[in-house]
Amino acid sequence: MSVISINKESINSIMKSEKTIVTKVQENKIEAFVDAASVVITEKKENKFGKHVLTFFEWIFPPLLGVLLLIVIWASISYQSPNLPGPLKTWHSAVELFRNPFYVNSPNDMGIGWNILNSLKRVALGFGLAALVGIPMGFIIGRFQFFSRMAAPIISLLRPVSPLAWLPIGLLVFKAANPAAIWVIFISAIWPMIINTSVGVSKVPQDYMNVARVLNLSEWKILTKILFPYTLPYMMTGVRLSIGVAWLVIVAAEMLTGGVGIGFWVWDEWNNLNVEHIIIAIFIVGIVGLMLEQVLILIAKRFSYE
Amino acid sequence: MGKAISEKVLQEKYVQLENVNMSFVTKKGTFDALSNINFSIKESEFISIIGHSGCGKSTVLNLIAGLLEPTSGYLFCAGREIAKPGPERAVVFQNHSLLPWLTCFDNVYLAVERVFDSETKVQLEGRTSAALDMVGLSHASDKRPNEISGGMKQRVGIARALAMEPKVLLLDEPFGALDALTRANLQDELMKIMAKTHCTAVMVTHDVDEAVLLSDRIVMMTNGPSAEIGDILNVDLPKPRNRLELAENQDYNHLRSEVLRFLYERHAKKVA
Repeated sequence: MSVISINKESINSIMKSEKTIVTKVQENKIEAFVDAASVVITEKKENKFGKHVLTFFEWIFPPLLGVLLLIVIWASISYQSPNLPGPLKTWHSAVELFRNPFYVNSPNDMGIGWNILNSLKRVALGFGLAALVGIPMGFIIGRFQFFSRMAAPIISLLRPVSPLAWLPIGLLVFKAANPAAIWVIFISAIWPMIINTSVGVSKVPQDYMNVARVLNLSEWKILTKILFPYTLPYMMTGVRLSIGVAWLVIVAAEMLTGGVGIGFWVWDEWNNLNVEHIIIAIFIVGIVGLMLEQVLILIAKRFSYE
Repeated sequence: MGKAISEKVLQEKYVQLENVNMSFVTKKGTFDALSNINFSIKESEFISIIGHSGCGKSTVLNLIAGLLEPTSGYLFCAGREIAKPGPERAVVFQNHSLLPWLTCFDNVYLAVERVFDSETKVQLEGRTSAALDMVGLSHASDKRPNEISGGMKQRVGIARALAMEPKVLLLDEPFGALDALTRANLQDELMKIMAKTHCTAVMVTHDVDEAVLLSDRIVMMTNGPSAEIGDILNVDLPKPRNRLELAENQDYNHLRSEVLRFLYERHAKKVA
């Protein structure tokens, strides 16, 4: 019933604000519709303003409900086990934490902002290097059967390896924690870009390649005018998957390597038994990951030729 | 003297197919598509290849284009063996095959740029504009292929092929995907363009009217597998041709029924 009353108010407010000429009779009619709960939905669909309100509602309500449900479950679990801080306690802690995100007390005690930025820097480096190597490799593998068959066993062998299994190798070779973390990001982010790019290149329609053959285009022109534009959407899918993986892996890698970063921060707070901060970190990791993904979706849309 | 003779021979046999056989290797074994194809095309001649679907007429075109290599036999164009595709044998593809991320102008420019690589940018742009102008599409040069109609796309395809100033224009069912009215318009335009450029052309079609209207000779193919040339029909109707006048013309109707008889009596396709 509350749902209906919200809609009724908004319809009326919209109608007034839009300066729509609504006769008293029509207004009464609308009210009659809204009151008669059984016909509300069908009648509203005939009403333009009501429809907008309804679609907005349909759009915003389910996600809100989902978040609410999560908070309720969380609250009830924390009620049962007092070790787990509840939503309210975590919220207060978060407000406190974000009051001064960029303080520096000591190399091991820096604000949350610095931790996030440092993690992002590692991800950017590892992911950037992976793109720099992976995308051209994808093109070569997709374009030439020989290289595709050459790379196939290597890719199928190395791709399923858990990212953290690469960490000792990185530590051994680079003899430092930070490059080793970047190395882990690199090696785990490179596969989706290689695979998606090469799949895109190998799917270029034969028609386009026939055009290239008839026009006698150079390999460079084929790359820039046909392969690259056609492959771009596939490539962007690879990039998106890669950045997801990179952000997924950084937390685990930093837990092991230490230094300033969100992963190490989680571990540090666990040692301090500051569970609120761990929960906050989970949310931060989720939100930053979501934002990275959304930015890439925007870029992908910008470059799509369709 | 000898040179004059060889030039004359070359004009008579501008494009030549000698004992061409073509088989494809499939999962079920080899499939013989063409068997023993022999014919030659004169310079500036318009040839249509007609036959039921699956008879290998597009294969003939792809062989001349150099997109396929014959299993045995030889193909020549202007006295040289056809080894690979090249811009002197431009193809108008059935599904236009324009690059969707390039504008109409850039699609044509891509072809022009490669063929006339010694020219300046201004000259190349001039050629591109002229080609688009010839097919009446100057106004759409900045549009992308998905922003224009099917008929317009095919015009761009024709402009792209003609801009390369090919020795032979190869048309693979160029109007097959268009509605009847658009098709008639484009046929008329193609006739005008061919009269202007005197280009040698080979067109694959399954449209009897189109074949008779446009061609100097019609190559009629038997059904596959192992399709061969069933008959070659001379279309000695005077040019320029007008579709309305031809509708009343006895010769035209005779030629038309000749092709129809070949397709539906002598080599009717069994209903699958």
